[in-house]
Amino acid sequence: MMDGDIRTNRYDDGSTDAKTGEQKIRNFNINFGPQHPAAHGVLRLVLELDGEIVERCDPHIGLLHRGTEKLMESRTYLQNLPYFDRLDYVAPMNQEHAWCLAIEKLTGTPVPRRASLIRVLYSEIGRILSHLLNVTTQAMDVGALTPPLWGFEEREKLMIFYERACGARLHAAYFRPGGVHQDLPDALLDDIEQWAHEFPAVLADIDGLLTENRIFKQRNADIGIVTEEDILEYGFSGVMVRGSGLAWDLRRSQPYECYDEFDFQIPVGKNGDCFDRYLVRMEEMRQSVSIIRQAIGKLREATGDILARGKVTPPSRTDMKTSMESLIHHFKLYTEGFHVPEGQVYCAVEAPKGEFGVYLVADGSNKPYRAKIRAPGFLHLQAMDHVSRGHQLADVAAIIGTMDVVFGEIDR
Amino acid sequence: MSDALKELGTYIEAKRPDCVLAWDITHDELNLDITPNNIVGLVEFLKNDATCRFSTLIDITAVDYTGRAKRFDVVYHFLSMYQNHRIRLRVSVREDALVPSITGVHPSANWFEREVFDMFGILFSGHPDLRRILTDYGFRGYPLRKDFPTTGYTEVRYDEAQKRVVYEPVSLVQEYRQFDFMSPWEGAEYILPGDDKAAPDGHVSKDKK
Repeated sequence: MMDGDIRTNRYDDGSTDAKTGEQKIRNFNINFGPQHPAAHGVLRLVLELDGEIVERCDPHIGLLHRGTEKLMESRTYLQNLPYFDRLDYVAPMNQEHAWCLAIEKLTGTPVPRRASLIRVLYSEIGRILSHLLNVTTQAMDVGALTPPLWGFEEREKLMIFYERACGARLHAAYFRPGGVHQDLPDALLDDIEQWAHEFPAVLADIDGLLTENRIFKQRNADIGIVTEEDILEYGFSGVMVRGSGLAWDLRRSQPYECYDEFDFQIPVGKNGDCFDRYLVRMEEMRQSVSIIRQAIGKLREATGDILARGKVTPPSRTDMKTSMESLIHHFKLYTEGFHVPEGQVYCAVEAPKGEFGVYLVADGSNKPYRAKIRAPGFLHLQAMDHVSRGHQLADVAAIIGTMDVVFGEIDR
Repeated sequence: MSDALKELGTYIEAKRPDCVLAWDITHDELNLDITPNNIVGLVEFLKNDATCRFSTLIDITAVDYTGRAKRFDVVYHFLSMYQNHRIRLRVSVREDALVPSITGVHPSANWFEREVFDMFGILFSGHPDLRRILTDYGFRGYPLRKDFPTTGYTEVRYDEAQKRVVYEPVSLVQEYRQFDFMSPWEGAEYILPGDDKAAPDGHVSKDKK
């Protein structure tokens, strides 16, 4: 007899299990992950189950801890930039953005208009990358197989746009303090615009697969309800907030870069359940497509330099080949790096998963004295115990999916 | 923006003079230096006061300033989604001091305080579950302290003979390189090898050149 089994079995010869007085009801503890396809990475949940109902959920994190913050203290500001790609590796450039903004705030570097527009363009591409992955894999967690196949096709196209801008599909290192690394060719802009015209049809296809799908609705509606109080108590941000009806978006409330000149809506949910968050993500992708179109329109007019030429940025190639000072500057920039004046700043961006922030303490040298990375997923996963309590075991997968956790940024 | 923050800073200082040691606005951000004893009361005030309404805890972290008597700065960030402003609280604490936990006011502080404990070894009194969070099970030391080497002390590998993961002291083929970028002309704190003319305190005196 299985441990904890309280059934009384009746056998063919009419006999039953003898009662020993030792049978008692005991909750089950199970390990969910670290190798579980629905754990979205290396998450280990210790679940205490009463039958199929989750009584307690204790996430064990840190299996992907790489000591990013410690490593950053011994590298120059520019060398630290690629670490940010490796945090939320689903939307790499959005993370770099926060780092660049922090450095620019401390050094007082203005960003040229064209660079600013390119950053907005690629931040929104990152948002679609992340939401596509999240929406479709969350659907896979609750039983749908086709959406990820369709979604990843679009992700592939977007990653090619990443590659054409900076040479890397994932770990871009494209946003630099003072601008972006390379200018975009016109052909690339044309192709992104072409894609932005085609993408809504693909989105409509995914929408047709999921939104009114009976199984998908049954698995998501009324699951993992987040109230306004939960949001404040557990420090949620991003879609976790907007799904519950609060129109909180840093792009609108504390505009950074040049988001204030773009025309976009902030979708909000009504019930704060997994299904509403799915709907919010779908609508945010449509809004991102609209921002992408606007950004391309503006980029066609804004021709100019893409880096604020100065101490924190390299000289142009032509200057470097003709001027001795520029060559020295180039050499010093990539060996010693630039110095950032003493001070402390906190800079946050609306990353696809929520508020991604960097707290930077500079001591005037070429390396950060301390950099703290504030990842939205860290707080969302922390609330796992609160949100999943009382749900079925099968809903745990749906809730992890809707929280949009990526272990690169949680474990750092 | 800056005027509103100035007003807010004055307001908080007037309301809670026992907590606030000093406040300033740099880079358009409001910083409050506060005393460690009353932190829970202050955080509660910031959360509930209608003018402040710092309802969301953004971040808790620490900074290690070696050489200071009060070695650590514990740094809190708060955001008000209602008033749309941010604040930073800084508490200086000694290495062996206990910081009151704010998990009672903000449940989201739980993991942040665990992380600060894990990384810096700062203890929080009244925390419900002060375990390590990011480092390995059974890890020793506090990695983000400045005196902890970047390479760490132990490394793991799978041992084929024992059929399990074993822990060993770190052995590096080449010493871990910490590059020194300070120019010798601009106050490097050491004597270069073979530099006989350098003064014993390490600085090249100007008149000898």
